[in-house]
Amino acid sequence: MSDQVTEREVGRSRPRKEDAHLVTGQTTWTDNIDVHGLLHLAILRSPMAHARIRRIDVSPALEQPGVVAAFGGRDLAAGLGSLPCAWPVTEDMVLPDHPPIAVDEVRYAGDPVAVVVARDRYAAADALEAVEVDYEQLPPVLDLEAALAEDAPLVHSDKGTNRCYVWPLATGEEYPTVRHRADVVLRRRYVQQRLIPNAMEPRSVVVTPLAASGEYTVHSATQIPHILRIMLATVTGVPEHKLRVIAPDVGGGFGSKLQVYGEEALALAVARRLGRPVKWTESRSEGYLATHHGRGMIQDVEIAATREGRLLGLKVDLLADMGAYLMLVTPGIPILGAFMYPAIYKMDAYDFTCTGVFTTRTPTDAYRGAGRPEATYAIERIMDELAVELGLDPVELRRRNWIGHEEFPYTAIAGLTYDSGNYEAATDKALALFGYDELRAEQRKRNESGETVRLGIGVSTYTEMCGLAPSRVLRDLRYAAGGWEAASIRMLPTGKVEVVTGTSPHGQGHVTCWSQIASDVLGVPFDDVEVVHGDTKAAPQGMDTYGSRSLVVGGAAVHRAAEKVVEKARKVAAHLLEASEDDLEFTHGVFSVKGSPEARRSIQEIAFETFSSHDLPDGMEPTINAEHLVDPDNFSYPHGTHLCAVEVDTETGRTTIRSYVSVDDVGRVVNPMIVEGQVHGGIAQGIAQALYEEAVYDDEGNLVSGTMADYLVPSAADLPAFVTDRTETPATSNPLGAKGVGEAGTIASTPAVVNAIVDALRPLGVSEVAMPCTPQRVWDALRAARSDGHSSGGPTASAESAESAKEASA
Amino acid sequence: MTRISVKVDGTTYEDEVEPRLLLIHYLRDRLGLTGTPIGCDTSNCGACTVDLDGETVKSCSVLAVQADSGEVTTVQGLARDGEWHPLQKAFHERHALQCGYCTPGMIMAARDLLRENPAPDPQEVREALEGNLCRCTGYQNIVRAVLAASGQEATT
Repeated sequence: MSDQVTEREVGRSRPRKEDAHLVTGQTTWTDNIDVHGLLHLAILRSPMAHARIRRIDVSPALEQPGVVAAFGGRDLAAGLGSLPCAWPVTEDMVLPDHPPIAVDEVRYAGDPVAVVVARDRYAAADALEAVEVDYEQLPPVLDLEAALAEDAPLVHSDKGTNRCYVWPLATGEEYPTVRHRADVVLRRRYVQQRLIPNAMEPRSVVVTPLAASGEYTVHSATQIPHILRIMLATVTGVPEHKLRVIAPDVGGGFGSKLQVYGEEALALAVARRLGRPVKWTESRSEGYLATHHGRGMIQDVEIAATREGRLLGLKVDLLADMGAYLMLVTPGIPILGAFMYPAIYKMDAYDFTCTGVFTTRTPTDAYRGAGRPEATYAIERIMDELAVELGLDPVELRRRNWIGHEEFPYTAIAGLTYDSGNYEAATDKALALFGYDELRAEQRKRNESGETVRLGIGVSTYTEMCGLAPSRVLRDLRYAAGGWEAASIRMLPTGKVEVVTGTSPHGQGHVTCWSQIASDVLGVPFDDVEVVHGDTKAAPQGMDTYGSRSLVVGGAAVHRAAEKVVEKARKVAAHLLEASEDDLEFTHGVFSVKGSPEARRSIQEIAFETFSSHDLPDGMEPTINAEHLVDPDNFSYPHGTHLCAVEVDTETGRTTIRSYVSVDDVGRVVNPMIVEGQVHGGIAQGIAQALYEEAVYDDEGNLVSGTMADYLVPSAADLPAFVTDRTETPATSNPLGAKGVGEAGTIASTPAVVNAIVDALRPLGVSEVAMPCTPQRVWDALRAARSDGHSSGGPTASAESAESAKEASA
Repeated sequence: MTRISVKVDGTTYEDEVEPRLLLIHYLRDRLGLTGTPIGCDTSNCGACTVDLDGETVKSCSVLAVQADSGEVTTVQGLARDGEWHPLQKAFHERHALQCGYCTPGMIMAARDLLRENPAPDPQEVREALEGNLCRCTGYQNIVRAVLAASGQEATT
């Protein structure tokens, strides 16, 4: 018998099983794959934002050494369907065709126009230069408001409009009624700049055909092997059962690999056409054009409150940049945010409208947080403005409005039922760790002495909806699929355990955490468990990894499947021990008969007895393996309080984060070390939006921040150390009590940082700085405030802030 | 084509290469040493960092011919007699990696730092690793791991 497990695994900071091959370089990234006869595919992309393709000639490329084939759009697109959009958010949403390769018209700089296939990657890249394309330039569509004008140039001329959809949500009382009885109404405009996700592993796909039988194995750097398989079948016509999709080691995703990309379809189509294995790997600069972007919204937000600081209503009008095409969940991203603008606050009315707009830019889609960071930013920024208007401390204003811990479960104004939480506890802990009162005192002193380096304090109290998602809710939101997750457990004859999961990790640590969960329920050693994932042949059922869903839904499925194994094993144990099932105890992996502790069998022994099947209960199927699918009945709602202190040099505009404290409540925790790591990384990405990152386009629609040298992904030297802590209010919607942690840090941190910067500069007349709050933007805002006595957010935001007039009504 | 002779992780290889072939492509595509990955095309990310004759280089910015007669060490050559390098152990124990894509370069850059400065403070670690980008960890546990590998307990 193996060593008995006596210590609970769940809750332990286990170093990860995943690490061994990653720290030694024995990795299986998709681009590492080499097979006999492998051909390399390179893609020629449009250098223009919008143009008609007059003529394309790939034949000169065929003359180049090492080139095996070359295709224009028309050569390939004929056999391919449109890339899928799985989330038509309204019945009348405009859904343009999206061929994997452009045929007549290109609609963003980076749209694929030709494909070259060669014997090595250098030859393929060389030959691209020989392809001849004549373009007739068309007007770019870049400004979200101008795009909606009657006479605006159209991204998709056959659709007659750039308006993709209008999605409204109005809950509670009528907003105008509520607004009428408000003492204070504030209106602000916030701009969520476009971001480039920057998973460290560039995308890559390798297709290996078994041409004679029409079978294809697709390795892809993807978050969603299961969804990709279904979608590639529909796009390419290769039957689903002839497709195997494998996500091997995947180097980060952050939503950018939650996608069905044209290159995946093109690689499959070319491999099918040539009967040869092909590989495509993006360069980083290519990925900046071709891998979807995140954010990209203009938010007009209005908040109505009493003079005592009680919120009455919230009105949000969003313009959301879809980019040139609708990809897998493009239109749904702002809708995920729609439910989160009211955040943790009680109010009487909520009125939300989102208008999706086509532009001639790279499509947008999920990026860490996906709609929820944008919502949290808007509400947490305007709460600070309201606190100033009312003369209240920003934390006090939040206290007056948040849902009390005794009020859970609480159905919030947007319709979600928050099952559990304790905002008071998280906030009190964060304030104490941060030294809030001391910092405020220091700030007063420094402001009075007129120092050039100002201290600012920012707060963000957030919640989010995680654990995507109850399938019926997805139906109501018009999402095409369900939100369940699958797990199965195979008890091997030697007592070892394989956990098969439908989640598809790319850095999260599922192998370690699922091992911990299974180890506890089955009572087998942690090291006796292996986790199988990311291969549609080995782990055939799954809905993959995104939306902080994996532990909450997928981990719960592992837990339930393990419980089923124990129940089956109990029958075998009762039979072998000649006892009734009711008389058996199961502790630390061992069944024993109550009152006669010497009569015992371990579950690992029972695995062998079941394998041999010599002496099973009559009629019993000879297996104790089990599977379970979980379809959650609610989302989960992590929450927390983040506090940031910044020093802003008013002479240079430079912001330095002096301290950062987070207290997150992500429910029960399987592996505290992994949770802390997720929070660190999440905070870093949120800070990056606040201070550093922006996808910048010029007036012609060219991506100016087109390389990693032009787009500032922060390094270790650009970020502070974080103080992270937790409170723990278990989720009630899953047996683990877990809420999800993948996105929390990113959702919380952006407004905490910007609130701190504005707080530092407010005595100097600044009430807005547009993101990213670069030294230039901060300096511009200060200069504008000095010169005309009102605030400005820098060159792009100055016109907007003029509109965001504050008004008071009786 | 140019003939080169390069010792990589203890093994000497002789090959005919195109003069334009990058060292990283030589390592990955010709030698099959895929432990060192490629993260960008502008030498910003540092994922491809290796040691060439005692100096760290970004192998996407070095030609294979420049490594002729040289000695290259990659993350795949760090373990000794099956025992991980102290940085490999520390990265594992301190959870200094999530997806792991930046890890080979990060470990090679940290190794170089500790050679130059055996007892760096946290800020020195952050500055030394400035040329290596990680998108997952927020760097905090990387700093902790490097300090731990230097025999210091992290104070961050």
